[in-house]
Amino acid sequence: MAFRNYILVCGGTACESSKASAIYDALVAECQAQGVSKDVQVVKTGCFGFCEQGPIVKILPEDSFYVRVKPEDAKELVSEHIVKGREVKRLLYDKDSSKKHAKVEDIKFYQKQFRIVLRNCGFIDPENIDEYIAREGYGALEKVLFEMTEDDVINELKIAGLRGRGGAGFPTWMKWNFSKQVESDDKFIVCNADEGDPGAYMDRSTLEGDPHSVLEAMTIAGHTIGANHGIIYIRAEYPLAIKRLEIAMKQARDYGLLGKNILGSGFDFDIEIRLGAGAFVCGEETALLASIEGHRGMPVPRPPFPAVRGLWSHPTVINNVETWANIPIIILKGGAWFERIGTPDSHGTKVFALTGKIRNSGLVEVPMGTTLREIIYDIGGGIANDKEFKAVQTGGPSGGVITKDYLDTPIDFGSLVKLGSMMGSGGMIVMDEDDCIVDVAKFYLNFTVDESCGKCAPCRVGGRSLSNILEKITKGDGTLDDLDKMAEIGNAMKKASLCALGQTAPNPILSTVKYFKDEYLAHIVEKKCPAGKCKSLITYSINVDKCIGCTACARKCPVQAISGERRAPHKIDPSLCIKCGVCLETCKFGAVEVH
Amino acid sequence: MAKMTLEELRKLRDKKKVEIKKRDVSDRDTHIIVGMGTCGIAAGGKVVLDTFLRELDSRHLDNVIVTQTGCMGLCYVEPTVEVISPGMPPVIYGKVDASVVKRIVDEHIVGKQMVSDHVFDRPSADIIKDGGK
Ligand SMILES: Cc1cc2nc3c(=O)[nH]c(=O)nc-3n(C[C@H](O)[C@H](O)[C@H](O)COP(=O)(O)O)c2cc1C
Ligand code: SF4
Ligand code: SF4
Ligand code: FES
Repeated sequence: MAFRNYILVCGGTACESSKASAIYDALVAECQAQGVSKDVQVVKTGCFGFCEQGPIVKILPEDSFYVRVKPEDAKELVSEHIVKGREVKRLLYDKDSSKKHAKVEDIKFYQKQFRIVLRNCGFIDPENIDEYIAREGYGALEKVLFEMTEDDVINELKIAGLRGRGGAGFPTWMKWNFSKQVESDDKFIVCNADEGDPGAYMDRSTLEGDPHSVLEAMTIAGHTIGANHGIIYIRAEYPLAIKRLEIAMKQARDYGLLGKNILGSGFDFDIEIRLGAGAFVCGEETALLASIEGHRGMPVPRPPFPAVRGLWSHPTVINNVETWANIPIIILKGGAWFERIGTPDSHGTKVFALTGKIRNSGLVEVPMGTTLREIIYDIGGGIANDKEFKAVQTGGPSGGVITKDYLDTPIDFGSLVKLGSMMGSGGMIVMDEDDCIVDVAKFYLNFTVDESCGKCAPCRVGGRSLSNILEKITKGDGTLDDLDKMAEIGNAMKKASLCALGQTAPNPILSTVKYFKDEYLAHIVEKKCPAGKCKSLITYSINVDKCIGCTACARKCPVQAISGERRAPHKIDPSLCIKCGVCLETCKFGAVEVH
Repeated sequence: MAKMTLEELRKLRDKKKVEIKKRDVSDRDTHIIVGMGTCGIAAGGKVVLDTFLRELDSRHLDNVIVTQTGCMGLCYVEPTVEVISPGMPPVIYGKVDASVVKRIVDEHIVGKQMVSDHVFDRPSADIIKDGGK
């Protein structure tokens, strides 16, 4: 059976929430109505990573990339593209291009990307195991069960040089090897799908778009270290990922790829899902395990490491979703293939969630060693609204900022740490000239302060004190010794906190003070916020030379702080002004000024 | 589907692989474009398109993309088909029917030989623009 066209409809969370299901249904109905349903297969896929422009519909073989599609567009897509073979120009991503087709390869967003983890996302139907199998799925498991020894598997991961993608970058083979070597009547495999970094969603997208890759990898690990139980710890706010996992697990069980005597090999392995309530600290591995055991999610000191003594005191291999998604392809293509991708320090690719003041936000997978400039300018299309680039934040609340001078640094685990940031799980937030760096530091710090479990004093007390100091600075009450005080507290937290949440919490402050000391000084000494963000430090006024007295601002001001006759210059009463900024946006003559 | 043996899994994969490959356009090197303007459709373009898909499928030629386009400006020899394949100049064939389709597949795509009697040159750009009228 040959189809003439394939219509791929994104079913990722972002697109789904903007009606992807309705679009899918409408397309199926239109194909029926226009008599082409035998020629066309409509497939729902995982996230294309281009959520900013969603809902996405891609039509093959022309490789036409349609963006912001609405259910009402289905009729035209079918009648024009499918029946008449004419692309629907107005919906194409690249509308004004002079070339014949807007092909996916032509979109810069995809050009520098290299997809290993996301290889199936946006291509296969994640709810159909046959499509995963068609893409060599469960072939790695076959190899592991019937052709390789346990040591071969570990050795292949060692050659690959795969390091954990959950943040710390620990070599995966070592972890597996520790667990394998421990004698125990029971062992566990855990998938960390807690994904708590603000702005991060790569794990969610992987699970939604290619759930079987994680199931296959966990089964491989089970066989390698001698475990028969797997647990996926996933936050309850990810309903679509949970649903796709449940469907995938059922299908794998039906096929005998999970459960007793897998493929007749004699090996038993099954997986269950545990829902987390979404506390950031529960992503930390020891807290996560405590939470699975039914205790409060609080970290415990390591060693012993979970690999040796983990869930219910049994050896437990815990890896991140993205780490898991890399495993099957490494086994299939060999560690040496993987080792060649990336840098000497970090091999393979990394998925980033690119957000903030960027033209094309979305999921990006690039080889390790790609520079920030390539990610932000070539893939991300540069800063939105032609503003000036200020900094990029990586590593979420544990990371720091990277400035213009370092945009050409090839990114890998080591280089980011050297710059005072870290890889983290892959959040990447771009800031422009309108972002206040002190405000950014405050945002991340307050996030970790809120999420601290409170078990140890350095994190609990230190975090709160840092937050108080930042608050003081943004209010205009900061003093010069505050900078030293923050460094002192920060360093104490780094040394004395029990888990990495507290140890890394000061990073956003320390790195912003290092690269943007001037901006801190402006707040402290001049009592000014150069970006115009910190309300206590700015005043709104009207430039009498520019104001033509159109009264637009006065009518919009929510607190009637603006007075003036028609056609005469207006005035803001600073004692009434709540600094909402509405007048600034309203004035067409640039008469409203912020200082 | 009941639990599978290793053999059954491999068989299923081989079967599904062929199906899903048809969707993957990333490393295809040969492109067949069928003219499906009003004139092309009237002259039998749909039959040509379907015959191509069937012929390629039965020969397991999975390096070929078949797409449609509007009028190529050669209405007097419709249905027309453009074939772009490695090692061959781009060629437009006219007066294509089911038997010519088979020849294009065998002679041009597999055999790397042009199909004589059916090659029509592309008219100059200004003719294309006004639709060959
Ligand atoms: C506060 C905190 C939060 C964390 N959150 C996550 C998370 O959401 N997902 C994750 O995979 N790892 C998270 N980690 C890292 C885990 O502790 C652990 O290193 C990781 O799951 C190991 O897997 P990997 O080796 O595959 O990276 C977090 C660590 C800390 C300290
Ligand atoms: S560092 Fe913070 S989050 Fe970690 S154990 Fe201590 S109080 Fe809890
Ligand atoms: S900033 Fe807001 S409150 Fe202040 S004058 Fe302008 S509109 Fe009024
Ligand atoms: S959810 Fe559709 S492109 Fe990301």
